[in-house]
Amino acid sequence: MIESGSSVVRFDRVQKSYDGETLVIKDLNLEIEAGEFLTMLGPSGSGKTTCLMMLAGFEPATHGEIYLNGRPINNVAPHRRDIGMVFQNYALFPHMTVAENLAFPLQVRRLSRADVQARVERVLHMVRLSGFGSRRPAQLSGGQQQRVAVARALVFEPALILMDEPLGALDKNLREEMQYEIKHIHETLGVTVIYVTHDQTEALTMSSRIAVFNDGVIQQLAAPSVLYEEPENCFVAQFIGENNRLQGTVESVDGAFCRVALDDGERVRALNVNVDGEREPTTLSLRPERVAIDPKGEAADNVVSGRVEELIYLGDHIRARLTVAGNDAFIVKVPNAQGHASLREGARVRLGWAAEDCRALDAPGTGSAPG
Amino acid sequence: MSTTTDRVMRTADGLPLKLSLQKALARSRLRAALLVLPLLGFLVVAFLLPIGDMLFRSVDNRIVGSILPRTALAIQGWDADGTELPGEAVFEALVRDMQAAAKERTLGRAARRLNYEKPGMSSLFRKSGRRAKRITGPSWRDRLIGIDKRWADINVWRLIHRESGALTGSYFLSAVDLSLNDRAELVRQPEPRRIYLTLFGRTVWMSGLITVLCLLLAYPVAYLLATQPLRVSNLLMILVLLPFWTSLLVRTTSWIALLQTEGVLNDLLVFAGLISEDGRLQMIHNKFGTFVAMVHILLPFMILPLYSVMKTIPPSLMRAARSLGATPFTAFVRVYMPNTVSGVGAGCIMVFILSIGYYITPALVGGRTGTFISNFIAIHVSETLNWGLAAALGVLLLGLVLALYLLYDRIVGIDNMKLG
Ligand SMILES: Nc1ncnc2c1ncn2[C@@H]1O[C@H](COP(=O)(O)OP(=O)(O)O)[C@@H](O)[C@H]1O
Ligand SMILES: [Mg+2]
Repeated sequence: MIESGSSVVRFDRVQKSYDGETLVIKDLNLEIEAGEFLTMLGPSGSGKTTCLMMLAGFEPATHGEIYLNGRPINNVAPHRRDIGMVFQNYALFPHMTVAENLAFPLQVRRLSRADVQARVERVLHMVRLSGFGSRRPAQLSGGQQQRVAVARALVFEPALILMDEPLGALDKNLREEMQYEIKHIHETLGVTVIYVTHDQTEALTMSSRIAVFNDGVIQQLAAPSVLYEEPENCFVAQFIGENNRLQGTVESVDGAFCRVALDDGERVRALNVNVDGEREPTTLSLRPERVAIDPKGEAADNVVSGRVEELIYLGDHIRARLTVAGNDAFIVKVPNAQGHASLREGARVRLGWAAEDCRALDAPGTGSAPG
Repeated sequence: MSTTTDRVMRTADGLPLKLSLQKALARSRLRAALLVLPLLGFLVVAFLLPIGDMLFRSVDNRIVGSILPRTALAIQGWDADGTELPGEAVFEALVRDMQAAAKERTLGRAARRLNYEKPGMSSLFRKSGRRAKRITGPSWRDRLIGIDKRWADINVWRLIHRESGALTGSYFLSAVDLSLNDRAELVRQPEPRRIYLTLFGRTVWMSGLITVLCLLLAYPVAYLLATQPLRVSNLLMILVLLPFWTSLLVRTTSWIALLQTEGVLNDLLVFAGLISEDGRLQMIHNKFGTFVAMVHILLPFMILPLYSVMKTIPPSLMRAARSLGATPFTAFVRVYMPNTVSGVGAGCIMVFILSIGYYITPALVGGRTGTFISNFIAIHVSETLNWGLAAALGVLLLGLVLALYLLYDRIVGIDNMKLG
């Protein structure tokens, strides 16, 4: 179905089962362009690592074909695929020094000794570890080991690099620093990167596109901003960013919009994104920052009432937890600006939002991924 | 580095850092020491003391001095390097000693001790001891020589002189097929008595080969154990451990049943027509039998350390090597094997040391050509009662093991510097 000459990697109807009973990957179709930074984002156990393992050649696909630069690779041995890989626990060779680790892929490719040395020096410099060549991995900090792992995946200049939760073991500050470095390396070298993480912030800051995985299925594949602004189903809306959910039933559909009766009887207008039809259940998704308290004038298409349950002071804004239409985890962010609405716990307030900001998605349980 | 060695690091209040670190560690050291105290006590009583006793027995020579005390004292003044027989006083001392020892029935022990060094001494003493009762002075010398002319042989006296001290090296000399001749020069034992060096050599090379065979057989098994899913590896592990739950004697004797000339294997071969009835193979009571049974018995000691090391090698290491472009073979040799060196070393040293001192199995299946040095130690302990020689052989064996251990430490130490 997808035909394109420039794709580096293409998964074509790939399925994977380890035990012959359950599908870990269900019908995966994915095309990755050269130079892209594609992130596979999803909860633990959703099949991300399995995808990388199939691509790297350590697990056979049960069904379907994977193409690398247009050629099917199901029968190509892992060492012939020329794919750089950064493992979750780094997988540095403990019995070799840093320099020997970096030289390994060059030595097995039979480069001359001088060449090897020059390239090792260069890549060490690139990851800012010049002078650490004679250390053993165990003598490096977590962040340094991580950089060695990245350097080792880069040193033989593969066109494609796979990274499986490479920053999972680092603390927060280091993780942010390394995110920047990896991003920087990607931009300088122009390699294609497939990056796996379960951390949505990491995915949002680094990627050119994100494939959201759940249960062996890509829920949505889009650029970070699209993913956040326009989630196509309930899972993505919930997984990326903060999200308010309201359950209801579709009353009528008119083109791009629909009318939804909330569970407590209030009626709202919402963007028709992924509803099954009239009289079908739906989930409304609404970002906390798009909800206004005590809307003035006609600014809001929808106005409902809610009860303030809890207020949390966070400096630049105040987080308010309310009960709205039976949902007692409805979050509103009140900016700490001059003259902002002053709330009291237990008080009833009116909430308003625009119809475009309220997306009518699939109801949980019926969960259908957009095809 | 060397330019900064003169600067001592100090803590905030000016103490040298090393000193204050030692203080901080002292308490935890004390606790550790208390924890090992019971075991240490047990080791001292059950291990170190017996070994110490053995070390001492290998040089202990009080037997002549205690049974023939007057002679031992009197002969000190005699010039053993000269050509003169000892004086009248020494002969008198010996006669009186023999009279006393004959009464206490201890003369035989002294005679046997001297017979180790010079065949014929035993009969000389027994004969003289019986007749010495009637000897009285003066002319002790002539009376004694009258009983047996050998008392006029200066070499007999030299031997008594040599072996009347409290310590002797003669057991160790025997243990390496040497002895002192009449003029106290080192000579090799006569051909038929040169057995111990051969035995030491055989023990070492056969143990070495057993170790290598164990390693070759154990490595793939340990690899399987470490890499298969739990269900399979548990089953394999039970198969590996099964021999441990069966008596050593049962295992060894079942090899006899299998391998003997009228045994199962030969029967099968004859039945299959591969060998004729007269051409039955001798597979037991020789080196082959020892190899088979020993490898079988010691295999778990190789598998277990290998397995425990392989278990800690994450599968991602091999995957990383493959993804970096290494063929399965290269990845195995350059990444997997170096990470198992410590297991290989531990397994080899374990099997080798166990094998070099193994006793039961070679005794049962080794026959004449497949026995080890420990079998001769056992013979000297329980049959010939030459405990001094047994102890000397044991000490040499211990020394050999220690030397090999140090060598291993050196080599694997160096390897570790290079490989991991
Ligand atoms: N080697 C394996 N054998 C059997 N099941 C596996 C294996 N690896 C992963 N799985 C299963 O496949 C599913 C997806 O795993 P994985 O790809 O590791 O997810 P993720 O990387 O997204 O956390 C999980 O349910 C996991 O239990
Ligand atoms: Mg994973």
